[in-house]
Amino acid sequence: MNNFKVLMNGIVKENPTFVLLLGMCPTLGTTSSAINGMGMGLATAFVLICSNVVISSIKNLIPDMVRIPAFVVVIASFVTLLQMVMQAFVPALYATLGLFIPLIVVNCILLGRAEAFAAKNNPLASLFDGLGMGLGFTIALTLLGAVREFLGTGKIFNLSILPEEYGMLVFVLAPGAFIALGYLIALINSFKKA
Amino acid sequence: MEYILIFISAVFVNNIVLSQFLGICPFLGVSKKVETALGMSAAVAFVLTIATIVTFLIQKYVLDAFGLGYLQTITFILVIAALVQMVEIILKKVSPALYQALGVFLPLITTNCCILGVAILVIQKDFNLLTGVVYAFSTALGFGLALVLFAGLREQMSLIRIPKGMEGTPIALITAGLLAMAFMGFSGVV
Repeated sequence: MNNFKVLMNGIVKENPTFVLLLGMCPTLGTTSSAINGMGMGLATAFVLICSNVVISSIKNLIPDMVRIPAFVVVIASFVTLLQMVMQAFVPALYATLGLFIPLIVVNCILLGRAEAFAAKNNPLASLFDGLGMGLGFTIALTLLGAVREFLGTGKIFNLSILPEEYGMLVFVLAPGAFIALGYLIALINSFKKA
Repeated sequence: MEYILIFISAVFVNNIVLSQFLGICPFLGVSKKVETALGMSAAVAFVLTIATIVTFLIQKYVLDAFGLGYLQTITFILVIAALVQMVEIILKKVSPALYQALGVFLPLITTNCCILGVAILVIQKDFNLLTGVVYAFSTALGFGLALVLFAGLREQMSLIRIPKGMEGTPIALITAGLLAMAFMGFSGVV
């Protein structure tokens, strides 16, 4: 039951994108379509789950003084692993996401969860925290990607819903990312108050 | 001529924040006042230029020389983290005035993705050391330009009434979107 709460906490109550506003760079940079957003979200979730479990298992071995560099090394190792796997099995997605894959290392969500959760809890709870936060991030990115893809080209997940002439190209380009995310957060804020 | 093109492209056309989405966290985080925005921009310009030189040399003479290319991500982030610490210590000793001005921003820079991003981009684009430095410095100027412009807009915005749900982050993001649209006007210049 407790683990379930931890899981839902990441997806809804402390959603990393819509509530905590962490990891904005990949959120804006990779969501030009729903499938790209989902790929980025899952990639981040994978690193987050692995680093959370490892950090919480070795937390008693790390001296307090060098805690942050040690966490960064753990995270960077999993990112390198992910880079190699993605290059081998999904080269097309790897090419689209490009620079944002190595940049997972500096995503504040990972270091934030390592410091705030994994360093204080047991590996199992950390696994669920990583899963919840990762899923929350994936859902947010997929949603933003779907909204941008729909407004920009009239498609969602490459399925045509409206004819392409109705698309507003600006939503696929840079300004649309900021504007779409702004309105999504405003919408969620107004739901929370109601 | 080549350097001028790199400069214009990095500052205006492919602005690091508004068209490449790197360094959004400080862009949203320290843009409430023009003064702090200027301090942050100066700190980023300083660290970004030094970090690019150091990571470039490490890539060429350590990673490439020994065939360790796959360790790039780990090496770069550790080098950048160590470098930021070192810059902080040296500045404190050598130039207390500069330390006073930049000090608060330095620890924040380690997790600023534009530092690691630019270090990797310089390698990917196959720049040599000099063009790499010009690129890094121009990118930092572009970051500063976007940050200061945005801070100016947000200072004005604190004086006007905004619909309840839009207060804070949403209106900031939409303003950034409009700013990005203005910068799109530069596309095709270079």
